[in-house]
Amino acid sequence: MTLSFFVGSLLNGILIGGVYSLMAIGLTLIFGVMRVVNFAQGSLIMLGMYTSYWAVMLLRIDPYLSMLVSLAVLFIVGVIFQRFLINPILNAPEHNQLLLTLGVSLFMENLAVFLWSPDYRVLKTSYASVNFYMGDVSISLVRVLAFASAVILAGILYLMLARTDLGKAIRAASEEPNGALLMGINVRRIYMITFGIGAACAGVSGAAIAPFIPVYPYAGWLFVITAFVVVVLGGMGNILGAFVGGLIIGVADSVGAMFLPGAMKSIISFTIFILILLFKPTGLFGRRDG
Amino acid sequence: MVEFRGRLKRSLDRKTWLAALAMLAALHFVPLIFPSLLHIMIMIFLFSLMGQGWNVLGGYAGQFSFGHSLFYGIGAYVSSLLFVRLGITPWIGILFSCGGGVLLGLFLGFLSFRYGLKGPFFALIMLAFAEIFHMIATGWSAVGGAHGVLIPLKGNAPALMQFVGKEPFYFLTLWLMVGSLYLVWRLEGTRTGLYLLATREDHDAAEALGVNTFRAQMTAMAISAGLTSIGGTIYAQYLLYIDPDSTFGVVNSVEIMLRPIIGGPGTILGPLLGSVVLTPLSEITRLAFQSYSGVYLMIYGVILVAVIMFLPDGLIGFSRKILSKLTRKGY
Repeated sequence: MTLSFFVGSLLNGILIGGVYSLMAIGLTLIFGVMRVVNFAQGSLIMLGMYTSYWAVMLLRIDPYLSMLVSLAVLFIVGVIFQRFLINPILNAPEHNQLLLTLGVSLFMENLAVFLWSPDYRVLKTSYASVNFYMGDVSISLVRVLAFASAVILAGILYLMLARTDLGKAIRAASEEPNGALLMGINVRRIYMITFGIGAACAGVSGAAIAPFIPVYPYAGWLFVITAFVVVVLGGMGNILGAFVGGLIIGVADSVGAMFLPGAMKSIISFTIFILILLFKPTGLFGRRDG
Repeated sequence: MVEFRGRLKRSLDRKTWLAALAMLAALHFVPLIFPSLLHIMIMIFLFSLMGQGWNVLGGYAGQFSFGHSLFYGIGAYVSSLLFVRLGITPWIGILFSCGGGVLLGLFLGFLSFRYGLKGPFFALIMLAFAEIFHMIATGWSAVGGAHGVLIPLKGNAPALMQFVGKEPFYFLTLWLMVGSLYLVWRLEGTRTGLYLLATREDHDAAEALGVNTFRAQMTAMAISAGLTSIGGTIYAQYLLYIDPDSTFGVVNSVEIMLRPIIGGPGTILGPLLGSVVLTPLSEITRLAFQSYSGVYLMIYGVILVAVIMFLPDGLIGFSRKILSKLTRKGY
């Protein structure tokens, strides 16, 4: 195994890791604010991929412009999802919420099979074959763009949460829903917006990977478990943790792909998941008391 | 205390016993009267058996597992590999399947319950383990790899759990299902059964009262894993072919857990009722929409969402509510 091969897969791992980060940020935001583990995040990613695919195919827009379409569509889907399905059972036992999102995810994935067939589709772009070379190491442009757009959105989201009134309201509703309610914050609306943002993160990350990962109804499965691994690694509800965790898992996956046969490459990240859940359930950056 | 003991003896009145026995006897005539229904009935009983396995852990102990396909797959693989590689008859293989499932379950239970892992975390850790086994089964050619294991056809060989007709499997699954019902009915009446309910309702309060919650949950895990693994072996022998997707696949975890959830988690008859409702539904929609193989999963999704939103205690909980409303009106 040559050094350049190793460096190449390390870099690729970081690049895809940025997208994992964005997927996980959506998940961790929803969990942090309303304590719902959203199993349907994978299906939302899949929906983001298809939205981008159809936007490019039907509206003939640029794949990277289609990210904005994905963002808007998935935000609306998320708001509706929260309003009509999550909100009525917010006070139910937490495994019921997990089951509900599993039901939604079964429905969405198989609706996608029904509507768009289970075939793999490839979003062809003019720059799919553009590669950068650094010595022997080649990096494809579409992966760099996916990383860049995921990191930019994560950055915007972070600033929004830290600086704006809406961000403050979201953090308040997350820390003390009743207190926030007494301070005049419309917590129900905040919940809807937060779920919308979480879904929009899934939408953008789906759109970002569509140019180099085949679009098909079960594509979300590849990512939902990865996103959970990242969330648990970074600490449930911790956005910065999710960001760093995404990069770590991205690298772990691509290093795994070097040593293990294709079907087993995710074993490393799954093992990390199990070890973290067992020995440090508050995540790498979590406090002991959680 | 005396009254309490009486309840724990689990005595049913004579009428209920007679009704249950009559029902069981009637079921023995199904192969004679409706031979075309055999396949569906076998599926109902088999998934009711495995659903009962899930129910002991999910319904009674309150630990929802998203990865019961793990035990299903272990059950299918252990007996099939023992037969194909070493020529050991599945009748003995099923014991190894069951034992392997129980050991694995105890190992996972030891890891998770020791740290008080529960709710979504336990659900996801089970899913992760099932996926790891899925990946290993797919990637490791010594256990068949992605092609799976083909169990050689031996014609009518009862000693090898292979039969020409479906009737023997009908009786086998019927009796295993009835056995699982009896087991859980007895379990409900034991001290461990009560400890399980106490742990489910309030883990900390149960601990404070001196309940060894860890041990109770481990017991539930062992029973749960064992029942589901037995189902896996039977399924492998019924189809005579297994591959990683059809055993360790996530779809099977969904199939197994949906039955008790829809029927009523934490009730004896819940898994059977759920299976009676779901199995024909999935078989019929699979026939009706052959080109869209996923339609039945779409319907599962809708049913799951509807049950969680409107009938969180399943069909049994719902009918109990209706009954109590009706009787209250009588006053």
